[in-house]
Amino acid sequence: MAEAVQPAAPAPQPAPQAPQAARARAKRMMPKKRVELLGGGISGACAGLATLLVVTLIFMVAQHGLATFTTDGISLASFFGGTTWNPHSTDDAGAPLVGALPMIIGSFGVTIMSTLFVFPFAIGAAIFVVEIQPTFGRKVLQPVIELLVGIPSVVFGLLGLSIIVPFIRGIAGGTGYGLLAGSIVLAVMVLPTVTSLSIDAIAAVPKSYREGSLGLGCSRWQTIWKVVLRSALPGIMTALILGMTRAFGEALAVQMVIGNAAVIPTSLVTPAATLTSVLTMGMGNEAMGTMYNDVLWSLALVLLAMSLAFILIVHLIGRKGAKING
Amino acid sequence: MANTATPQPAPRLIDPDAVVAHVEKARRQSKAATVILTAIAGAICVLLAAILVYIISAGASKAFDPAFLTSPPQQFKEGGGIGPELFNSFYLLVLTLVISIPLSLGAAIFLVEYAPDNWVTRAVKTAIEVLSSLPSIVVGLFGFLLFVLQMSWGFSIISGALALTMFNIPILLRVIQQALEAVPTDQRDAGLALGMTRWETTVHILLPCAMPAIITGVILSAGRVFGEAAALIYTAGQSAPALDFTSFDLTNPACPWNIWRPAETLAVHIWKINSEGVVPDLTAVSDGTAAVLVICILAFNLIARFAGRRLSKKLTAE
Repeated sequence: MAEAVQPAAPAPQPAPQAPQAARARAKRMMPKKRVELLGGGISGACAGLATLLVVTLIFMVAQHGLATFTTDGISLASFFGGTTWNPHSTDDAGAPLVGALPMIIGSFGVTIMSTLFVFPFAIGAAIFVVEIQPTFGRKVLQPVIELLVGIPSVVFGLLGLSIIVPFIRGIAGGTGYGLLAGSIVLAVMVLPTVTSLSIDAIAAVPKSYREGSLGLGCSRWQTIWKVVLRSALPGIMTALILGMTRAFGEALAVQMVIGNAAVIPTSLVTPAATLTSVLTMGMGNEAMGTMYNDVLWSLALVLLAMSLAFILIVHLIGRKGAKING
Repeated sequence: MANTATPQPAPRLIDPDAVVAHVEKARRQSKAATVILTAIAGAICVLLAAILVYIISAGASKAFDPAFLTSPPQQFKEGGGIGPELFNSFYLLVLTLVISIPLSLGAAIFLVEYAPDNWVTRAVKTAIEVLSSLPSIVVGLFGFLLFVLQMSWGFSIISGALALTMFNIPILLRVIQQALEAVPTDQRDAGLALGMTRWETTVHILLPCAMPAIITGVILSAGRVFGEAAALIYTAGQSAPALDFTSFDLTNPACPWNIWRPAETLAVHIWKINSEGVVPDLTAVSDGTAAVLVICILAFNLIARFAGRRLSKKLTAE
């Protein structure tokens, strides 16, 4: 043991200048300063780790998603413009059928439709909570809405499966699965998100605006419509975009009610597919590195890119809103 | 009297009748709007109540049946339970919180107390914003790539817990950040003026002050984690091996505490049995599981409100 240490002990003589100096400096430092360095270091490391995870995520998903175009030689046009999704077979020219257009249309379709459904309800409830019945709104409606945020998405999917799908089947015929069922489920799911954020946006309008308007003789509705909503518009837009982000990325609830047929939807009540539903169904079945798997990762990359685009839009709205409201 | 009989020669700029009509119209509009908005709010209340009542009543017969809560699931037979799933859900939740609370606490302290105003801080804030808006299926697929394949941990509790951590960090971080920011600056200044370091001020003054809000936020985020499924189907897996609660051998796949075994949770169970559709009593089992899930989440919400209020009373001695 001693012999093993022996050669190591003299060695540090020339080189150790740096660590020894550092140690000496640390000794001279007040213990408080060390506590401070340690605290900053630990908390900074946590923040750094979280950032590193995000960067790794974007990098890895992009690496696998881009392999479709670099390694497998599939053209962007046939991916984004192709209308047939069947990566196991090829067309007459021998190119694999990897058209993602049906899923892209499906994803945008359910997102936009659910936003249209949810918009009047969310804004109406938000106005009610802030302007009409603040006590009832804050004590009853808002907590109940926040409770709804916590209900898991699979439970919404299950409700869709056992209530909405049979209901649509009864009215429109067919299977009942499709874009309409998906959008209704999503609308109920994003309702709490959009409502809570709209409440915040409307409550942030300065009280003096309302008093000014009422003082000029405007009715409550005129005040709400012409003053409060105008001023809260950027915040309400942000709420809607964040709701759309959630709807666009929701996987399981949609997958359970959409019918999972990767074709261009011809009606609202025929089975369709979204980016997330195809990913959910397919990823487990295909081995890593195969062309099919690479294309699935490309779908994931599209999903990632869209959520980045939504954030960008929120930022742009925020900047514009700051300009409008001074 | 005579005036009303003879027409006024001077032209009137404002017709009083029109003004009255206008005001009447505005008043009617305002009343109609109030009625419509109240109806919308009422409709939402009714919808929410209906959803909760439906979920709980549809699954009540199963959810309060001890045999259902403790027995293992069945593939092709009726009468399967959710015993392992229930345990897995709670075990995953605890592991996730153990990993994500310190991480988000550290990151939040850094962002609120230490972060200099430069591009590095802005990059960190942007990264966390990106993480918060990522679809959970993308987080799950990343976990599949990194933890399941790259680290070759397979479908396991640890992979699932780490994926859920990524899902949970932005939620927790925001809560803790808001709680710290809500502490008055006076408290910070007082601590620093007494010669405490920033770290000591944070640990001894700010954190106790922010604790009620942090606890509430942690419990609410626990509800979100508890019901998450999309991030788990490709990380913690979709199978629940039978558990042997007498085993403490951490390498045994039947040992409940083994973090390397696959673990299906309640939410994943609902999704899986519905997408496979081979369980004969599918509706009963999934309704029962959904009821258990929602009851647990309601309990989390109640506990969060209660604990936050109780703690803040104790700390502020009000």
